[in-house]
Amino acid sequence: MAEHAHAPAPLGGKLITPVTLCLGAISLAMGIVMIVRFIFGLGAVTNLNDGYPFGIWIVYDVVIGSAFACGGYTMALLVYIFNKGEYHPLVRPALLASVFGYSLAAVSVIMDMGRYWNAWHIFWPGYANVNSVLFEVATCISLYILVMWIEFSPAFLDKIAVGFLKKIIPDVKKIVAKLMFLCIALGVLLPTMHQSSLGSMLLIMGNQINPLWQSGYLLPLEYLMTAVLLGFSVVVVEATLVSLAFKRPMETPLLARLAKFIWGLLLAYLVLRIGGLVMHGAIPNAFHFTLETFWFWVEMISFILPLILLAKPAGRNNAGKLFAAAVLLMLGGFMLRLNGFLVGYETGDGWHYFPSLPELIVTVGLISFEILAYIVLVKLLPVLPAVKPATSH
Amino acid sequence: MDRRNFFKASLAGSATLAAGTCPVQARETRTISPDALGLLYDSTLCIGCKACVAACKEANGMPPEYLANTEQPYWDMPLDISGRTLTVIKVYRNGTMHKKDEEQNGYAFIKKSCMHCVDPSCVSACPVSAMAKDPKTGVVSYSKDACMGCRYCVAACPFGVPRFTYDQTFPQISKCQLCQHRWKDGKYSACAEVCPTGATLFGRVDDLKKEAARRRGLKPGTQTTFPRGQLGGPDQSYPGVVAKYIDHLYGEKEFGGTQMIMLSGVPFDKLGYADLPPRSDAATTESLQHTLYGGMVMPLVFLGALAYAAKRNTRQYQEEEENGGNHG
Repeated sequence: MAEHAHAPAPLGGKLITPVTLCLGAISLAMGIVMIVRFIFGLGAVTNLNDGYPFGIWIVYDVVIGSAFACGGYTMALLVYIFNKGEYHPLVRPALLASVFGYSLAAVSVIMDMGRYWNAWHIFWPGYANVNSVLFEVATCISLYILVMWIEFSPAFLDKIAVGFLKKIIPDVKKIVAKLMFLCIALGVLLPTMHQSSLGSMLLIMGNQINPLWQSGYLLPLEYLMTAVLLGFSVVVVEATLVSLAFKRPMETPLLARLAKFIWGLLLAYLVLRIGGLVMHGAIPNAFHFTLETFWFWVEMISFILPLILLAKPAGRNNAGKLFAAAVLLMLGGFMLRLNGFLVGYETGDGWHYFPSLPELIVTVGLISFEILAYIVLVKLLPVLPAVKPATSH
Repeated sequence: MDRRNFFKASLAGSATLAAGTCPVQARETRTISPDALGLLYDSTLCIGCKACVAACKEANGMPPEYLANTEQPYWDMPLDISGRTLTVIKVYRNGTMHKKDEEQNGYAFIKKSCMHCVDPSCVSACPVSAMAKDPKTGVVSYSKDACMGCRYCVAACPFGVPRFTYDQTFPQISKCQLCQHRWKDGKYSACAEVCPTGATLFGRVDDLKKEAARRRGLKPGTQTTFPRGQLGGPDQSYPGVVAKYIDHLYGEKEFGGTQMIMLSGVPFDKLGYADLPPRSDAATTESLQHTLYGGMVMPLVFLGALAYAAKRNTRQYQEEEENGGNHG
């Protein structure tokens, strides 16, 4: 029971530091690019073209970014569905990172949408096309963002109880507490749906996708499994970085047990992935002398190395190896998605895409803003478990 | 059975139940409407005059495009279809380019524009129904009032047809809509209307296929008559010589069929038209989506199991959180 007693508490401390100032400056640069984009159009700031209609604002910020933001999903799955109570202290910090990751992915989508003023059509009967995989992804992600903010609300409801809100907040808290189980259930269902659908999005692109990544009906399963792997990895990386940055004790014993899940799932994924390549006759493509092949191997090695690193208890209990394995898994999941959507996408000769500087500024800016907001909020709100339990009570 | 195992078992059970209640829902590749309209493009008749490109621009109110590296922006010179160009004629060149419609040391023309697929990927991909296929005529049309500019259609189309005006503040998709806006005036596709050789012919796809079969059945080098403009419209036919066709009517089977069909003397992969399977990607995708989400049965059953597990498990944490760290 000892871990459960570490109730979340605000970290406190100064908000304006060299790190937060730096992150703020990058976020500001992003704001400027955004203004230019909305005045002069996508072409003014991006290298998007008809051969590569999806750039990093979609492929990184949404397809990859939302998978990186699966920490909240996987921890909720573990704690509330599989009832592994010992991981409870990791839930709220993971949820905070997730709610930001997803919310900013939504910002990126609006930036990327050419006719953003029609975005509401996706929720409107008569316009909505239920056959579209993107319809499933978009509605599901939107709903999930809402659900996550509700899930996270107990952490901030007290803080915003000012003025007339003071009267209704206690009632709101009661309702939220009553319906929390439903939010948690949705918080597991929805990512299961849209993370798998992000893979299904490649189905309609058919043989424009290199056979190394056009896995047909295995796509949803591959993307779902790696999303869960990424979710766990992000939790490991986040917990380690938070411990280092805020000089708190390491959570290695807890994370080592988590690593056992990761290992089993990783093994299952690799069997599926390699089996799929064999089934689709794509193995010869893995040995061509091309750029695609190079990035394919970067991806595969990033998945295979953690399988070795985490195979034995000694490796899982070593904070350094655990961290390395988690970072490699993040790279692997990153590459799988980048490869599927950009490296392995070929719609005809003569098309090239590499993100422009403004595109990169927006992507880096969104990440910076996310980290900035995370730092500020863990200092102000009860997110991280208190190190010394209950002395103030 | 302890509680943890009970939850695992109930989750597994509900997953099986969900899979059982919702069998695989195969969505077959769609078949062509009997009243489908389209184009027959005969590469061997095309002389590369590009009258169709100019007429298309005029009929659709599209601005001219100048070569990026030219110092003489005097006339429209699109190299490919784009946000401002719905059709172009491209040329295949090989070796000495001595003979028309020969693969070796020859050249050939090819039209690029929307194929009006029988089972289009763009229509399946579009999340807001901005791409639509007319159930009768089969024309694949675009509505900018519905479009949210996500460009999934651009990514999905196997022919690379929908294009986007990235350089505009308020951009849109551009694609050939078979000039259906001209039908009310009794007119038809401008590209076919102006084609001087009948290389681009407008008509019912059924009739166009018959015409294609007739040409393929003729002996190369013999005389025949070629219709121009609209098949079944006023007679504008002229006598000509039959070319040597390869044994392939492109668009007959590809992707479940297209409503622009093509004849050529040079293999189509040389002309920029890839080999495509007979099954459409839309059918593949929608089979998956309908199986997983048909009637929302599977998600709802899964949600029920999750909610049940979450309700049982959260009670414990809420009690702990309310008590704070008092029992540390």
